[in-house]
Amino acid sequence: MARLKEGEGKTPPGPFRPEFWKSPLRGRRLTAILGLVLLVGMGIVLITGFLSHIAYNPDLRGNAIVDPARDLPINFDWPTSPSWLFALTQGLHVTIGLVMVPILLTKLWSVMPRLFAWPLASTPAQAIERGSVALLVSSTIFLIATGLFNAQYWYPFNFGFVAAHYWAAVIFLGSFLLHVAIKLPLVVRHYRGRDHDEPDLLKAARPAPATISRRGLLAFTGAGAGLVLVGNAGQAIGGPFRKIAFLAPRRESGFPVNKTAMAAGIKPEMTGSTYRLELGNVSLSREQLLAMPQHTESLPIACVEGWSATRSWTGVRLSDLAKMAGVPDAGEVYVQSLQESGGFRKASLSRDQINDSRSMLALKVEGEDLSMDHGFPARVIVPALPGVHNTKWVASMEFTA
Amino acid sequence: MRRLYGSSPLHLIGNVLCLALAGYAIVQILGISSAGNVFVWLIGAILLHDVVLWPLYAGADTVGQRLLGGAVNYVRIPLGLSLVLALAFFATVSNEGGSTYARASGVQFEGYVLRWLLVSAALFVVSAVVYLLRRLKR
Repeated sequence: MARLKEGEGKTPPGPFRPEFWKSPLRGRRLTAILGLVLLVGMGIVLITGFLSHIAYNPDLRGNAIVDPARDLPINFDWPTSPSWLFALTQGLHVTIGLVMVPILLTKLWSVMPRLFAWPLASTPAQAIERGSVALLVSSTIFLIATGLFNAQYWYPFNFGFVAAHYWAAVIFLGSFLLHVAIKLPLVVRHYRGRDHDEPDLLKAARPAPATISRRGLLAFTGAGAGLVLVGNAGQAIGGPFRKIAFLAPRRESGFPVNKTAMAAGIKPEMTGSTYRLELGNVSLSREQLLAMPQHTESLPIACVEGWSATRSWTGVRLSDLAKMAGVPDAGEVYVQSLQESGGFRKASLSRDQINDSRSMLALKVEGEDLSMDHGFPARVIVPALPGVHNTKWVASMEFTA
Repeated sequence: MRRLYGSSPLHLIGNVLCLALAGYAIVQILGISSAGNVFVWLIGAILLHDVVLWPLYAGADTVGQRLLGGAVNYVRIPLGLSLVLALAFFATVSNEGGSTYARASGVQFEGYVLRWLLVSAALFVVSAVVYLLRRLKR
């Protein structure tokens, strides 16, 4: 056995030694810049993520995926105006989340020496902070990975996406706020020039000559973020921009379908002349629905996966159907689809959503009867409501006071 | 306090609150189906970056610096951008999401690999042109 030189027995080799880290780019300044960018970017993703959760009105019957009794006390009545509210918040959530990929990679690169700091912790404060940073890094990568897989229709995991993504976001919420509380004062001190005489723990002890400038690395990271943005943003904006989103899933030029009639098990005989909309004591054929006062509204339909499309919808106001059902001042409606099994075959709407004059049971889109894939014979359209809660192939609506 | 703990009491309170909230979330995760798989992914997420991704790209970058010397950025930048696109759009470019997407939407993922390759090729071409222009100037 070779004899150890003095001191070698204490610090493990490789990245645990300060001389392992050679890049002259690392330092407080680089990490501060990247940290500020992540603060804004991940801040938007965090807020829009929780807003998305609230937009599903989890307190109403049948809506919750996360058990409301265990949920954080954050829910409020999701508004119906502006009608593009959910398209905006969810488009930001998915697109900015994706754009964070290159920025997060560079940020982690900039602080890698701290992962291998030796001793691992010299005070209890450092030990506990390592724990909360581990939670932050783990939950961030988990959220971005599961989020982008879900938006791109890939399910390499066994768990249900919504609940796991939600609870990981709760871990992220706490660890992100704590990290900002600890590090933001250091960033402010740095920009005020008050940290000159403090050692820069991120700086290389023996730096090698630079192969790229700090500005070059930031431009490189920014270019990555820009490419990802262009690659995805068009599906959230819709219209002619859809085609520019060169790697986004929803770039087809037509009117996107989230769930085909075939996938939902909807057969033509269920939607034919025997179709009746059940409104408690009343049941209506499609002809009877068409004989009621019709209204036309231009409204977006926006999916949790971050795409949206605006169309002109024609149908019967939900408030008219509530009157028809004998509950003129309905506080809630529980809508069920003809779809017999699978997720999102039911959803409840709130009082404000029922009473908004633009909310309707749509029978037509762009002046034509709905296609089977878009919910023929009738579907719900409510402004600013998450796409999947605009129930398709509506079988029954239970209005309650 | 500072001597024993190593930071201010606020630091301790903040960390304890953060760990408590995370503990609550972890208990909730235990209650959902396939909870074990969630933890595999939470721990796997950190390992994927620290043990796989970072050593791979940092190692490749060191090799690239040795092989290419001063010209490293003309390969590093287009290659890095191309790989970031592949990572951010993994499931469309690899078509892993293709079958679920076709079932949900009634249409297929088409041309993703081709578009990714075209954008990557364009990045390398731009990089090569900049390299040649800078060499000619010298």
